[in-house]
Amino acid sequence: MQQASRLAIYALIELASDPDKQVSVSEIGEKYRISAHHLAKVMNTLGRAGLVRSIRGVGGGYSFSGNARRTTLLDVINLFEDTSSDCRLHDSHVATPVEWALFDVTKEINEISNATLASITISTMLKQIERNNKAAARKEAATVE
Amino acid sequence: MNKADSAIAKPDITLRRIRQTDLASVVALDTRVTGHAKPEYWNDMYERFASRRADQRFFLVAEGDGKLHGYMAGEVRAWEFGSEPCGWIFGFAVDPDSRLRGIGEALFQGIADEFRRVGITTMRTMVPRSSTLPMAFFRSEGMVAGPYIQLELDLEH
Ligand SMILES: CC(C)(COP(=O)(O)OP(=O)(O)OC[C@H]1O[C@@H](n2cnc3c(N)ncnc32)[C@H](O)[C@@H]1OP(=O)(O)O)[C@@H](O)C(=O)NCCC(=O)NCCS
Repeated sequence: MQQASRLAIYALIELASDPDKQVSVSEIGEKYRISAHHLAKVMNTLGRAGLVRSIRGVGGGYSFSGNARRTTLLDVINLFEDTSSDCRLHDSHVATPVEWALFDVTKEINEISNATLASITISTMLKQIERNNKAAARKEAATVE
Repeated sequence: MNKADSAIAKPDITLRRIRQTDLASVVALDTRVTGHAKPEYWNDMYERFASRRADQRFFLVAEGDGKLHGYMAGEVRAWEFGSEPCGWIFGFAVDPDSRLRGIGEALFQGIADEFRRVGITTMRTMVPRSSTLPMAFFRSEGMVAGPYIQLELDLEH
């Protein structure tokens, strides 16, 4: 996964965790240790896709405007990179059997990876984070006792 | 639909074990979801699940307003492929008119509770990776890829 995709997912989860909240690019950047310049470009792309809305003025920033239960990780990644298997073989007309055999292996891996990314929504990520937090809290409580 | 809508629309659902009188509704729901009517298969399933090894086989239905809204069937399987005993979910459906109201989740939790009650600590299922809806559903319930990978060979190739 490329860095822009990763940043986009962090930002979306951050905003979707509280859709009423407005968060500035610099706040998200600080939290995830990312340059604001890099993040601003990512936020623009998310804005064009309708996933975030920018609010101008003092205290402005971004808020989540997508559908967290319908937006999958693959939907987000596809905004920044090509996830299809098709174009991985440079020139299929002249490819050798060796190139085809390796292509088949990478295609198989890519298909599993895409199916996974297409089945996880932003809302599922939020639920998973909550489950992880609860498990960590239980573990901490157990060690304190 | 937002959470508030789904809360209002949620019918009062009771989970219980399947009865003979539910079979026609299960067949009708399966036919609607898969496009194939298989009454013999479901009769056979009922025989196996409702009359034998009740501590290892669970066939739950979700009922509300006198209507069957969904079902989920699971079974404890031990030592297949060298695995410790675990609970497998292998059949489920929620009526398309009753979806997105938490019925699938209730059935999932119900089956998980049955497995826990008999000492099972891992639950598994298998989903075609092109079936986005069941994949998204199981993921949202916290399921992740297990330690096995399914392999196959085309014998006609
Ligand atoms: C998968 C299925 C059981 C879900 O039933 P349901 O009652 O609608 O599910 P729930 O309302 O409990 O939803 C639970 C979670 O699943 C996920 N989910 C359910 N439907 C979804 C959809 N259309 N898109 C994305 N996620 C979905 C959501 O994360 C949801 O949680 P949320 O409401 O908090 O967002 C149902 O859609 C179904 O029966 N599909 C066909 C199954 C099938 O093909 N069976 C035959 C093969 S064995």
